[in-house]
Amino acid sequence: MTIEQQWTTRARKQVVAVLPPDKLLPDTQPNYVSSWIYVFGVATLAALAVVIGTGCVLSLGGPVWWHNSSFGNFVNSLHLWSVEIFFFTMVVHLWGKFAMAAWRGKRAMTWMTGVITFLTSIMAAFTGYLSQSNFDSQWISTQAKDGINATGAGAFFNVLNMGQMLMWHIVLLPLAAVLLTIVHVILVRIKGVVPPIAETDNA
Amino acid sequence: MQLGALFPLNHLGRYLHWHFINISVSNLIVMGLMVTAFIVAVLAPFPGRNERGGKK
Repeated sequence: MTIEQQWTTRARKQVVAVLPPDKLLPDTQPNYVSSWIYVFGVATLAALAVVIGTGCVLSLGGPVWWHNSSFGNFVNSLHLWSVEIFFFTMVVHLWGKFAMAAWRGKRAMTWMTGVITFLTSIMAAFTGYLSQSNFDSQWISTQAKDGINATGAGAFFNVLNMGQMLMWHIVLLPLAAVLLTIVHVILVRIKGVVPPIAETDNA
Repeated sequence: MQLGALFPLNHLGRYLHWHFINISVSNLIVMGLMVTAFIVAVLAPFPGRNERGGKK
């Protein structure tokens, strides 16, 4: 076997062909990207980083420690408010991209990974409500069970099972959201930021 | 001073009810802020837009 036939060599060449380093980490962007509407995507990424970081700190002591700790309360508040900012900026980003018809130019996968990330994030938020380990989460779980059971999903997704909801909230859903976000950003890098509609009409 | 002392939080939320629509005032405020942020983001000039040496 020659070096050219090695899977590492072939994989590297394919990756560099699809996403060369100057596309992965560009130093300039088109002029139309100089708009506040493009700030909200990266603001969503920044908020996600704070959500994950504060969630990791909360997980250090288990599911209930932060109720009786001023530091824990502070980190929990950071977790809550970074989630608020995450959804706020993500929704404005969504509206902006919808108005731009950002799926143009073979960017359907970029759009769809964004949609699925949004839905995954909503699931992560809902299981977060169920993981508060207080009366609020108990009340929400008893209200949610009827809706979930009506869909049939209650057989394997039991909102009354705090352990199961906590695992979904801190392992499965964040993992899915972060992986989908990475794919979404890589697709933006490969295809580039969608040009304004007027720009493509004139082209 | 804690922020919670400035904004009394130990009471039921205020809700607006119109026909089948029932929404809390706080949710309505957040939605209004999102719409405002969207409009401002589209209309407000971005600093240094003309001086940047970006691609055409």
